[in-house]
Amino acid sequence: MAATLTSPAPPALAVEDGPDRAVARFGGRLVVAGLVALEAAAADLRPPAGKPITLDLSEVEALDTAGAWLVLQLKARLEASGASVEIAPGDPARAALIETVARALPDAEEDAGGRRGFVAWLEGVGAGVVGVKDTAVSLLGFLGLTLARLTAGILRPWTLRKAALFHHMQEAGFNAFPIVALMSFLIGIVLGFQGASQLQQFGAEVFVVNLIAISLLRELGILLTSIIVAGRSGSAFAASIGSMKIREEIDAMRTLGLDPIDVLVVPRTLALLIMLPVLGFISNMAGLIGGGLMAWVDLGVSPGMFVTRLYETTGVWHLIVGMVKAPFFAVVIAVVGCWQGMLVGGSAESVGQRTTQAVVMAIFLVIVIDAVFSIFFSEMGV
Amino acid sequence: MDGSPDALHAAPAAEREAVIKVRGLVNQFGPQVVHENLDLDVYRGEVLGIVGGSGTGKSVLLRTIVGLNRPRAGKIEVFGQDVLSISDKERREVEKRWGVLFQDGALFSSLTVLENIEAPMREHLKLSPALMRALGNLKVRLVGLPGFAGSKYPSELSGGMRKRAGLARALALEPEIVFLDEPTAGLDPIGAAAFDDLIKQLQESLGLTVFMVTHDLDSLHAICDRIAVLAEKKVLVTGSMKDMLSVDHPWVHEYFHGPRARAAQGQD
Ligand SMILES: Nc1ncnc2c1ncn2[C@@H]1O[C@H](COP(=O)(O)OP(=O)(O)OP(=O)(O)O)[C@@H](O)[C@H]1O
Ligand SMILES: [Mg+2]
Repeated sequence: MAATLTSPAPPALAVEDGPDRAVARFGGRLVVAGLVALEAAAADLRPPAGKPITLDLSEVEALDTAGAWLVLQLKARLEASGASVEIAPGDPARAALIETVARALPDAEEDAGGRRGFVAWLEGVGAGVVGVKDTAVSLLGFLGLTLARLTAGILRPWTLRKAALFHHMQEAGFNAFPIVALMSFLIGIVLGFQGASQLQQFGAEVFVVNLIAISLLRELGILLTSIIVAGRSGSAFAASIGSMKIREEIDAMRTLGLDPIDVLVVPRTLALLIMLPVLGFISNMAGLIGGGLMAWVDLGVSPGMFVTRLYETTGVWHLIVGMVKAPFFAVVIAVVGCWQGMLVGGSAESVGQRTTQAVVMAIFLVIVIDAVFSIFFSEMGV
Repeated sequence: MDGSPDALHAAPAAEREAVIKVRGLVNQFGPQVVHENLDLDVYRGEVLGIVGGSGTGKSVLLRTIVGLNRPRAGKIEVFGQDVLSISDKERREVEKRWGVLFQDGALFSSLTVLENIEAPMREHLKLSPALMRALGNLKVRLVGLPGFAGSKYPSELSGGMRKRAGLARALALEPEIVFLDEPTAGLDPIGAAAFDDLIKQLQESLGLTVFMVTHDLDSLHAICDRIAVLAEKKVLVTGSMKDMLSVDHPWVHEYFHGPRARAAQGQD
């Protein structure tokens, strides 16, 4: 067995046909790194039929569990073809290892296969469809619970957790001022510019004020603010609560008699409830400033004229129609974010999925509710 | 190692090859010094048990050796290579040759147990998927998990089962050194004994070197060739179980002569 003498020795396998028994001699390092070559060699092994076979490991330099597994696999294959096989392990430690591996050999049926294949996919689709209903029920349940606790908290304000409330007002509210203002300012500019170029064709430049004011105050200001807040804070709520869920912090809270809804969900919801209207108002103002600037630069509508026309033509109810929606959006964003966080289970990946879900679902619901309000207000003639 | 009962170190050092050599290690978190001039040798083929009170820096020492924590000062050699200064590529070669079981398992939560075990194989070995699956299933059973556990996600397992799955992953590449952080904590006594046997068998037949942080006095008795006591920010003393019994440092004495230690010795 020259192969076994080289160093580092690759695994080797050779058969000697003796007078009354065949000996398959293994050599080299019988370890996982060389397993592929050895497996091929073992598969090709065709010992002389009708004789008992010895699998001799005495020349093996190192044996690991993968190597022992291979030897046992070979033994099983040869035995299945009718031969009587014995293993000569060489030393007691190896004998013990082979013994251990033999005991651990999995039975085919009991083994874990992967979760894959067409059936698994189909099962997934089915579960998804059924899941939609469950999701809706679960969300409504969570919404109801949160609103109940929130009302209870507002009626007895001393029970609210002020530190958490102020923290989230800061995080979700004040810290969002710059981005919301900047975005609305830019949207105002875009509206002013697009409006101006269309209205100029009719010589109706001055109506750009109505266009900007009404579209911003009624719809765009609060809608865009909500989308930004859903992206910023809805995701943060889901991710932070989800991480707490994974590290069993939520379970710990329950065992300590702290209710996670009171401790985590109510302060976040209330914080958004207070801050989203403020953010919406800032967005409206920034948008008007942007639009006014554009009207001045592009159409020569002076700031004074802009403000005058704003007062004359745009009723305060436009602002009210926009702001009325803010609390609804706030509750939707906060509740969806917290609820998705609570649904996180097990894996770190689930945190990511739920966070994405929280944002997508919150934005979707915000737009649906906005559409419903639009229809409602136009039916009411407001 | 000035001032410590140093005589106990001497015996095996001369003949045996040190696979891990730590010299003058300093670890510090802010003002808190965890290790100060810590020296430690781990010899090829031995099971070294690390003991010490909670917070004495056993886990930090383990993390520092495997490169998860950069020390303030000191030198760490593994397989004769200075792991603090080698290139990333050489480092990866070294990493293939050790396996780590973390104190809390640290399984990838989005993979099943079987996929967790296959992950390092997939990365470092060129094996067919069927072969990987077969070896993965073997590892699952080897560490004493039932076969069905392979398809479960870590969050669906008990704490002890997660630990075993973590060991299965640590053994996936058939490493030369395994680092175990409290491997038998959270296992039932029968499971813990079986776990000890497994480690011992692997060590004997593979020449595996085991660096084991443990508080399990039964493990220390049953499988540790040498014990290193961490106290006073360094390795206070190393030696066999017998040596430990004659050390007169108060903590060491309390540890190896307390009621639990006596119970463990009684079983021998
Ligand atoms: N990332 C870190 N930042 C700051 N301090 C740390 C950090 N990791 C560990 N420590 C500190 O180092 C000390 C040693 O911690 P280590 O986890 O090693 O203890 P241990 O000996 O493993 O204890 P146990 O037996 O409880 O597991 C502790 O005091 C701990 O506070
Ligand atoms: Mg520790």
